[in-house]
Amino acid sequence: MIKQISVFVENRPGRLAAVTEVLTKHEINIRAFTIADAGDFGIIRMVVDKTDEAYRALKDAGFTVRLTDVLAVEVEDRPGALNRIAKALGDAGVNIDYVYAFTSEKHKALIIFRVDNKEKAKEVLEKLGVLFKGEIG
Amino acid sequence: MYWNPAVERLNAKELEEIQERRLKALVNTVYHYSPFYRRRFKEAGVTPDDIKTLADLPKLPFTKKQDLRDTYPFGMFCVPLSQVVRFHASSGTTGKPTVVGYTANDIRNWVESLCRGLVSCGVGSDDIMQIAYGYGLFTGGLGFHYAAERIGATVLPISAGNTARQIELMKDLGSTVMACTPSYMIYLAEYASQMGVDIAEDTKLRAGIFGAEPWSEETRKRIEDRTGITAYDVYGTSELSGPLFTECTERNGIHIWADMFLIEIIDPKTGEQVGEGEKGELVVTTLTKEALPLIRWRTGDITYMESEKCGCGRTHPRIMRILGRADDMLIIRGVNVFPSQIEHVLMQIPEVGEHYMIIVDRREDGLDELTVQVELSERAEIDTTGDILRLEKKIAEKLKSVLNVWAKVEVVNPGTLQRFEGKAKRVIDRRKI
Repeated sequence: MIKQISVFVENRPGRLAAVTEVLTKHEINIRAFTIADAGDFGIIRMVVDKTDEAYRALKDAGFTVRLTDVLAVEVEDRPGALNRIAKALGDAGVNIDYVYAFTSEKHKALIIFRVDNKEKAKEVLEKLGVLFKGEIG
Repeated sequence: MYWNPAVERLNAKELEEIQERRLKALVNTVYHYSPFYRRRFKEAGVTPDDIKTLADLPKLPFTKKQDLRDTYPFGMFCVPLSQVVRFHASSGTTGKPTVVGYTANDIRNWVESLCRGLVSCGVGSDDIMQIAYGYGLFTGGLGFHYAAERIGATVLPISAGNTARQIELMKDLGSTVMACTPSYMIYLAEYASQMGVDIAEDTKLRAGIFGAEPWSEETRKRIEDRTGITAYDVYGTSELSGPLFTECTERNGIHIWADMFLIEIIDPKTGEQVGEGEKGELVVTTLTKEALPLIRWRTGDITYMESEKCGCGRTHPRIMRILGRADDMLIIRGVNVFPSQIEHVLMQIPEVGEHYMIIVDRREDGLDELTVQVELSERAEIDTTGDILRLEKKIAEKLKSVLNVWAKVEVVNPGTLQRFEGKAKRVIDRRKI
């Protein structure tokens, strides 16, 4: 399990910059990043190198921030890698709330999941030998 | 503790006798000294002789804000200017300014009234009172100033604004009582936490006397939870003199000093008096004012009245929290909506912050649209867009159940809605009527 930061932002010019400016000031590096948008507002989700510091800095800057436990999976950066995992979770009846991915310099892809049944998903992913247990540095 | 124990505990009959005697004298004075009132009495077909007891009060004509505007600046004064020692004036944002004049006795009685109030909510000579109501033409600052000095409290006459300095001096001088608008207190508490100051931990503030705008019981709870102080309500309008009446430590209504003011609650549409405990517009007759006496003054404030003796031992009647203003009332698709009802709903929802805006638009098809913008509380836990959509839906449903009209709810980032240092103006009505 790794920690993901979610930030509520209105859909207006400059709101993303307001978030990234706080991170820049604290020299926080973003490892994975996505925005879910819903018309008037969006939710930024990200995995960063210094999670606690980023959480505190954003909170102090007045943002509504939340830390969520998410699953991370490490796979080879090649065709079929995501399919194998999605299928295994589907077969086990685990619903994926959202997913996003990023690739690292070591030719591996890291995929972030939030699922409805964390324990079940962990079991499935461990069996496949893909659950990421390292640190996001 | 009482400021004027004899008067504050007079029994109902004694108070009525005083009121009747003073009402008859007042009616005679205004009839003889004021062409304005004489004309009004004639239009209503009433003379001073018709007023024999308090029951005759409804025979007298009402006065209202428009009368002060029409006779601007001195047309309703009942003494020569040589006897006037001070002016206050309203800002005139909603029309021509209105001017209020005071004789030396008027100032004395104003101070007396608020002194009774301050003592009734436990303020005394050991207190340091930070007065962050505006000083100057607005009555808030100077009104509190003289009353606080009179009871021997130490006054910090800081006036409104300059929030960083307010917090710094509050800490350094050890202010114990704050006097300002409730919306400013919320802003000040927010600002303090951004400065790293926790009002509950780092200051000696123990009470606040908040007014000059309608506020809800839920807002009181939020202020108290956030700052650890006890919040009291204060009532008064510039035409009646300024801040005059407060809650006592029972916090079960605001005592209106019956030896100086005669109050009625009326149906704003028909002008008829309503029964005790029924909601309506507060109407005040000033029994001791000299420069600008007011007969059956329509305050525009909606409240209800309670005349049973209070747990604090005071016998004077109480008005309950101001529920809104007769002229603040919005009519949305034919339904009467008071902004205070919206505040009441919002402040019960923990995911919602203290600041909000109400916007009314008229769509091209002619239908009114009510939009309520709320700041997401920093405490809210949001991870998916569904969390926000569900919250907006929950707020809209709660509003609908109270207001009987649907509102569009928009959740915005904390800290992005407008803050107010004086009276909050949270309603934007964009309808062109």
